[in-house]
Amino acid sequence: MSESDKPVSLQSYIRLCAVVFLVVLCTTSAMIATSFSHIGDGWTLKVAIILAIAVVNAFLVAGYLMHLLSEKKLIYTVLGFTVFFFIGLMGLTLWATNGFPPGTVNH
Amino acid sequence: MEIPYTVHNRPDTGIYNAKVGIWLFLASEVMLFGGLFSAYILLRVGAEPGMWPHGWLNVTLGTINTILLALSAITTLLAWAACKVREFGKFKFFHACTILLALTFLGIKSYEYHDKLIHYEIKLNNGTFADGHLVEKSADFDLAKKTGTVTLHGRIVEDEKELMDLRAPAAQSAKLDEVTIAATDIKKMGNYGPAHNTFTAIYFTLTGLHALHILGGTLVIFYFWGPGSKMWKTDPERFTNRIEVSGLFWHFVDLVWIFLFPVLYLT
Repeated sequence: MSESDKPVSLQSYIRLCAVVFLVVLCTTSAMIATSFSHIGDGWTLKVAIILAIAVVNAFLVAGYLMHLLSEKKLIYTVLGFTVFFFIGLMGLTLWATNGFPPGTVNH
Repeated sequence: MEIPYTVHNRPDTGIYNAKVGIWLFLASEVMLFGGLFSAYILLRVGAEPGMWPHGWLNVTLGTINTILLALSAITTLLAWAACKVREFGKFKFFHACTILLALTFLGIKSYEYHDKLIHYEIKLNNGTFADGHLVEKSADFDLAKKTGTVTLHGRIVEDEKELMDLRAPAAQSAKLDEVTIAATDIKKMGNYGPAHNTFTAIYFTLTGLHALHILGGTLVIFYFWGPGSKMWKTDPERFTNRIEVSGLFWHFVDLVWIFLFPVLYLT
């Protein structure tokens, strides 16, 4: 049974939302702190940390607010294909950054 | 003819049809924004060293917008939960909050766009750069005819690279003043609009598309809050499903912002 088919208690949702909101506030603060910190020599490490925190944030929204933690198999199948193609898209993008056609000015 | 499975779940999928539809739509949206994020990565790694901007966007405003969207995602969920427990008054309250939060988000975004559109970079004939917010243009200012003057609140720098990292100590300690420039001294002049450089191009594209999604979502939510809420009296279960589907779209818009904010404002 998916979350939307279960009986709902408004009070329990208010509690859940309060917790999610507090965590989102904390993770957003952590991203900002990382951005202005002096971790690493350049931006690479900071970008990696900030994006990792953003993924945690996204998991909270998708998992709890969109009820993805308790969805039906069909939804997971659709999202499985999406994740596959999204990873392919980003993989090709990163791959392309290391290979330029002859004659391209590579900075 | 009655549309099947708008309320009850289909036996084979276990879900009502609109929910399958919105998830398929969201899957296509992931690829749409994914393509633009891919463009962002290629533009960023392909930029000449020192020429990718840092600190050009207002982190405080970005943070406020992040909080507004997080709150609106929560009020959307609570609006749906209120429908599930058949408390229509609370549904109205939570969705009104969502609409107000969304409009505030768009207001702040508009302010940020305006700030970029009145921010000018002027390349001078002597090779230096004047950069700042427009204070005034003289009545006879015409760049093509080389007449009049323009006044900016900003500074003049020797090298364009000095304008790229506004978090650098030199940029932080730079003194801003009013600078008046004669049109005859101007080689090139442009604002920080989409055509300024690849950063502003991808910034306006990504946030503009996102803002359109916010606008579209707000209109749908407003419809369900106002005229569309008549369905509550005739078919509350179907209405609740509509709120769930619009809520899923709204959460997706929040998800996109969760990545846009760090990518554009913090890195």
